[in-house]
Amino acid sequence: MTRFRHLISIDDLSKDDILYILDKAEEFEEIARGKTKSRTLEGKLLANLFFEPSTRTRMSFEAAMKRLGGDVINMTAQEASSVAKGETLADTIRVVGKYADAIVLRHPLEGAARFAAEHSEVPVINAGDGAGQHPTQTLLDLYTIRKESSLDELKIALMGDLKYSRTVHSLIKALTLFDAEIYLVSPPSLALPEEFLEGIGGKITTAELDEILEEIDVLYVTRIQKERFPDEEEYRKVAGSYKVDAETLKRAKDSLIVMHPLPRVDEIDVSVDATKHAKYFQQAFYGVPVRMAILSEVML
Amino acid sequence: MSEQLAVSKIRDGTVIDHINAGKALLVLRILGIGSGSRERVLMAMNVPSRKMGKKDIVKVEGKFISEEELNRIALIAPGATINLIRDYEIYKKFNVSLPEVVEGILTCPNRNCITNSREPIVRRFHVSMAEDNVVARCHYCGRKITEVDKFVL
Repeated sequence: MTRFRHLISIDDLSKDDILYILDKAEEFEEIARGKTKSRTLEGKLLANLFFEPSTRTRMSFEAAMKRLGGDVINMTAQEASSVAKGETLADTIRVVGKYADAIVLRHPLEGAARFAAEHSEVPVINAGDGAGQHPTQTLLDLYTIRKESSLDELKIALMGDLKYSRTVHSLIKALTLFDAEIYLVSPPSLALPEEFLEGIGGKITTAELDEILEEIDVLYVTRIQKERFPDEEEYRKVAGSYKVDAETLKRAKDSLIVMHPLPRVDEIDVSVDATKHAKYFQQAFYGVPVRMAILSEVML
Repeated sequence: MSEQLAVSKIRDGTVIDHINAGKALLVLRILGIGSGSRERVLMAMNVPSRKMGKKDIVKVEGKFISEEELNRIALIAPGATINLIRDYEIYKKFNVSLPEVVEGILTCPNRNCITNSREPIVRRFHVSMAEDNVVARCHYCGRKITEVDKFVL
């Protein structure tokens, strides 16, 4: 009996469900590293439907599936654009569901994954829909925090584009389940929209990085996403308005970890890469065992 | 001027009373009654009311609107009362109650929501009360609407 059939939103998961996935991911780590082999999903086929380009999410799903002995079929962004000319998403999902045992969907419209799940015979995993949800990213973020820091009594700063960043929107909701103390650090024009704070409670404060740097356990930095801005002028006004470098982190706790959902542009200077704080490449790796846990949950 | 002069009695049908003043046209829209409809409709707007100050009234002759249909009215007129009339007499009376979910009535203000694309989709909203206001949340993108009457299709 699986805990969920589709994975659409982090809101659909309880704290227990989240911990269950994180524990399961732990079991898959050695397989994800290629140290141990697994044929758990042998004979199963995953369809990657990416209506927006995404190298990391797509490849980590592909890696996760292959590490478990399964196979993957891909629809590239170029093919997706030709699909978009004539076929509805509903029909694409119905058709692809006839080929594959599960579908990973990345789509530019919010709510696309929930809609797809309603038309799908096979499990749908949301790999990001517009500025909405990206639950697998949230799960790998939580996994990284648990592995590299701690989810207990966590003090975390979320910094950067808090307005359009779906990874932040999902992560905030999940962190409140763990009673984390959350600091929001952003230019005013990229502040977190009020609606994401409604009804989630928790300890959430707006702050400047300088004020809290010595206190926090995790600094989660996001890229300013040019593609999410309604017009380029608005983007130019805030581009490059925050940056973390090795110098910035000198006052931080030794145990502070810096995370980033990647790709980065210039918000984390390369001088941070060599410090003990940098965990963003490790974070990218953790995407594989977490996605293995999710795939085995919905496909077995 | 008495209410009887403003809106005459109907023989058989539905009377929707205690509609918030100015919302009668929206009530008709929610019920799918428009210029092409065949029902005989009587409507009064801004009628004096002891309870509400001003109110609207809608009477639909020859049609017994279902409770489910009427509950949709609670979206914009949570205090509305319903009388079903037979032979000029009230045979059933009830208050509207807010449904948990409404379909095909509201449009999502989020331009980037899948419901505003060309997909074959029924717009669905989860409805609740928050401090005496009706709040609707898009089932698909999660966007909240607080001024519900602005988004009636």
